[in-house]
Amino acid sequence: MLNRTALEALTRRPLPFLASAWPWRGAAYLAASAVPGLAAGLVVAAVAAGTLVSTALGVVAGLAALAVAAVVVAPFERLRLRLVDAVPVPRVRNRRGREAALAVMTLFVLWWIDLIMLSVTIGGPVVLALTPVLQGELAPLAGVLSTVAGVLLLPVAAYTITAWGGARGAMARAVLAPAQSELSEVLRSRARLVDAFEMERRRIERDLHDGAQQRLVSLSMSLGLAGLDLPEGSEAARLVRQAHDEAKRALAELRELIRGVHSQVLTDRGLAAAVQDVAGRSPVPVDVDVELPGRLPAPVEVTAYYVVTEALANLAKHSGAARGSVTGRVERGTLVVEVRDDGAGGADPARGTGLTGLADRLAVVEGRLSLSSPPGGPTRLRAEIPC
Amino acid sequence: MRVVIAEDAVLLREGLAGLLERFGHTVVASVGDAPALVEAVTEHRPEAVVTDVRMPPGFTDEGLRAALELRAGNPGLAVLVLSQYVEQTYAAELLESGGGAGVGYLLKDRIGDVREFVDALDRVAAGGTVVDPEVVRQLLRRRRDPLARLTPREQEVLGLIAEGRSNASIGKELHVTEAAVAKHIANIFAKLDLPPAADGHRRVLAVLTYLKG
Repeated sequence: MLNRTALEALTRRPLPFLASAWPWRGAAYLAASAVPGLAAGLVVAAVAAGTLVSTALGVVAGLAALAVAAVVVAPFERLRLRLVDAVPVPRVRNRRGREAALAVMTLFVLWWIDLIMLSVTIGGPVVLALTPVLQGELAPLAGVLSTVAGVLLLPVAAYTITAWGGARGAMARAVLAPAQSELSEVLRSRARLVDAFEMERRRIERDLHDGAQQRLVSLSMSLGLAGLDLPEGSEAARLVRQAHDEAKRALAELRELIRGVHSQVLTDRGLAAAVQDVAGRSPVPVDVDVELPGRLPAPVEVTAYYVVTEALANLAKHSGAARGSVTGRVERGTLVVEVRDDGAGGADPARGTGLTGLADRLAVVEGRLSLSSPPGGPTRLRAEIPC
Repeated sequence: MRVVIAEDAVLLREGLAGLLERFGHTVVASVGDAPALVEAVTEHRPEAVVTDVRMPPGFTDEGLRAALELRAGNPGLAVLVLSQYVEQTYAAELLESGGGAGVGYLLKDRIGDVREFVDALDRVAAGGTVVDPEVVRQLLRRRRDPLARLTPREQEVLGLIAEGRSNASIGKELHVTEAAVAKHIANIFAKLDLPPAADGHRRVLAVLTYLKG
């Protein structure tokens, strides 16, 4: 198992844990509290020095020193968090404010708890172990016993240090980035991935359209012209016609490919036109009733378009339906798209990746997918996307 | 015929110009973006425009929009729009401009069939309507009222009308007499509720009904 935080490391079996770097990292994390301790000392010194002149100056000097210390301590806290927590801290709004809060907490409370914790847990066993040296007049047996006790307590200290270091790290993380922010960061990173894929698809479509397709059209045109000049019935005419037919087939295939990669009409004219278009190409007749107040945000349009394309592809392949329908409306700030058919029903998200893929895509835009497909039909697929 | 070509791919633009000139047309200007197209038409007053849908500066549907704008300002200007794939929305918008007379919407693939392509341009320039067979095929799949009332044969005939074919040409394609074609067409008009008074444009109206599904 991968341990990415000190707290997770505590759950390992004792020997691998004790042999790992985690107790040392925990100790280093706590020892580093000497730095905010020093900063706190400087704040106190500033207050004391100011108060020698006047109370007001003491307050002012103290606040100024605190502000400076907070600015210095915050990045330090963020940096040393990596010792006990290897998970990256997500970017959140109001980052400066959160860092300042953590710095103040550290300056006033946490640093001395850290240092006391460290000195007691390490210092206790060490003092015990060194008893024979420190107290020469002790009975030899008692000396040996306390040395053994001290050595045996050291592993316990490793646990205590790692536990406090981990808890302290969790606290710092909670202040720097509250729990939901990680979820929204995940959502955002998924949205970024989907956007990147979308960009890539558009680039591929553009390249095919501007490159291969134009060249094939030119080739087809040249072959057509060549055919005009060749004597009817000659071998050359036959070969040219054959090549021409091949070029036309390649063009037709390329056209389908390009369309599958990216819908230009979706970009140009929006969801209603694109749905009309994809329904028009369905081998099963599909009624379209999509009325929208205008263009919707691009991610919403693209997601809804994929839902419809995938649903219509399923409808044609599996449903056995004679007729289908697509409706689309915006109701109270949510785009609701429904695809229905009069087919055999029994569509199951557990089989095949199509429906799960749709649900995943919808999740990125915080949408929902619901499916009703009893055996015997009819099938009704409903997607809701906030917009 | 004097033609303006608008196409952003240089290779294709030059090829198209060469092709049209070979068939005896005069290419008065060939341009690479929508604003230049509008400028060229204003300057040269051509009889026909051949334009791509997607063009600079935005690489969306500038070519189509420019064509619609030009038709609004120049009644009688024939426009043949080339598209890299079938788009019913664009085809319908184009056919609705000026009642569908003198417009064509073809896949770029059709340029390769040079003779048919030039014929299509001629039909458009003569005030005809040309719709790509691929659009027609897609629309045939959607058998919606009032089209559902048409027999398969009548749908076939309507599809050929949409391609801008004459009765004679349709008869030849389907191996029937011209009289039989005329009878099918009369039935189509009746079933689509197109009164005889609108005769001149009834073929276009029928195609429009068809396109709107």
